[in-house]
Amino acid sequence: MPRDPVALAERAREGHTASGARLIRMLEEGDEGALLGLRALLPHAGRAHVLGITGPPGAGKSTLVDRIVGELRRREKRVGVIAVDPSSPFSGGAILGDRVRMNTHATDPGVFIRSMATRGQLGGLSKTAFEATTVLDAMGFDLVLIETVGVGQDEVDVVELAHTTAVVSIPGMGDDIQAIKAGILEIGDVFIVNKADLPHADRVAKQLTAMLHLREPAEDGWDPPIVKTEAERAKGIPELVDTIERHRTHLETTGGLARKTRRRSERVFHDLLRERAAARVLAAQSDGGASILAALREGEIDPYSAVDALISEG
Amino acid sequence: MAERKIRVLLAKLGLDSHTVGVTVIAQSLRDAGMEVIYTGLRQTPDMVVQAALQEDVDVIGISSLSGAQMQHIPKVLDKLREEEIDDKLVVVGGVIPDEDADSLLASGVDRVFTMGAKTSEIAEFIREWWDEQQSSHASVSSEGA
Repeated sequence: MPRDPVALAERAREGHTASGARLIRMLEEGDEGALLGLRALLPHAGRAHVLGITGPPGAGKSTLVDRIVGELRRREKRVGVIAVDPSSPFSGGAILGDRVRMNTHATDPGVFIRSMATRGQLGGLSKTAFEATTVLDAMGFDLVLIETVGVGQDEVDVVELAHTTAVVSIPGMGDDIQAIKAGILEIGDVFIVNKADLPHADRVAKQLTAMLHLREPAEDGWDPPIVKTEAERAKGIPELVDTIERHRTHLETTGGLARKTRRRSERVFHDLLRERAAARVLAAQSDGGASILAALREGEIDPYSAVDALISEG
Repeated sequence: MAERKIRVLLAKLGLDSHTVGVTVIAQSLRDAGMEVIYTGLRQTPDMVVQAALQEDVDVIGISSLSGAQMQHIPKVLDKLREEEIDDKLVVVGGVIPDEDADSLLASGVDRVFTMGAKTSEIAEFIREWWDEQQSSHASVSSEGA
């Protein structure tokens, strides 16, 4: 497989799976040349509906994703999936196991599943998730589904990336006060109560409703619906997909898509600027910043003074 | 600049339902800093090859404890050739009789680890192969420049 990013981009656009996968790989490795491939794809992206699925570990996200993909395939949509799992903070390795629950789509040419490790990124996503979404979008997938790593309360990066954010809850995860804290419950466009056959599912739905009533009404007038599902038994899935499609239509008619696209561009701009500026400041040092890092490790300088020193020189 | 990580696909083919071995291997490769994509039980050769394509892995590891290795593994190799992605390292582990191991190696498997192989041995074998690949790529690109 070649590593010429522009050639890969071209073949990816023609639907060549391995080329798209290789380009995503190069982007993930931080290959600067790969950005040429990405830029070649940008004019062809922007058509796909980007759906983020987030929620705590064990909420059944992978099984839900599998069922949503199944329903979308019945509706003759082509689906790309990006499934994020955590990297080990110690070894940097990872076990990416989300495909296990998506095996029914393993050989369907209308489905592309890519597992990604967080590689130290906080926020519930991998740094490359945005770029991979663009590749899949340009490859002609109608919907790109991003399954975040199992998140706690504050890992809300997916909202910057997705057009529609679905937050999955399950019964038995805490009391009323959990529901009104800032963070994950603020970001949902659609709320899913999965494992709805468990006791107290109705109570969870009621708490969510109460919390949503406390929320400032959305400027665009969207009232986030709550959908009950039993992913394991594929119950509630057509209703869920209807709701997701209704949100897409709502965004289209209220200018929400353009707003989200702008926000996404800003986020990418800031991330890229921060990364490049830091790299440039370090590169301006004759030793690439090694001596200041050594001084930091030895306790000869504190991190604040170290940054001051670098910035004022640069 | 992010670093290059070794990506490994671990699969169990056919009706083989023993998962302890493959889980242990997955953990030890993770601890060796690799990204391990585990696809679960009851995989067909087609599923394995599609996953390898979509995940752009470097290594395919197949664990076999059921005795059906000769039935499935050569098909995986054929499909890898068909898809023109036969540059991946293919390793097989499990309960593999010597004569099966020989014919697997002859059909294109790079290494067979039988019972009693140390997990560190497997990680080391992959790492050495990877380092060799990297240095041969590096020399190709410096020739090109």
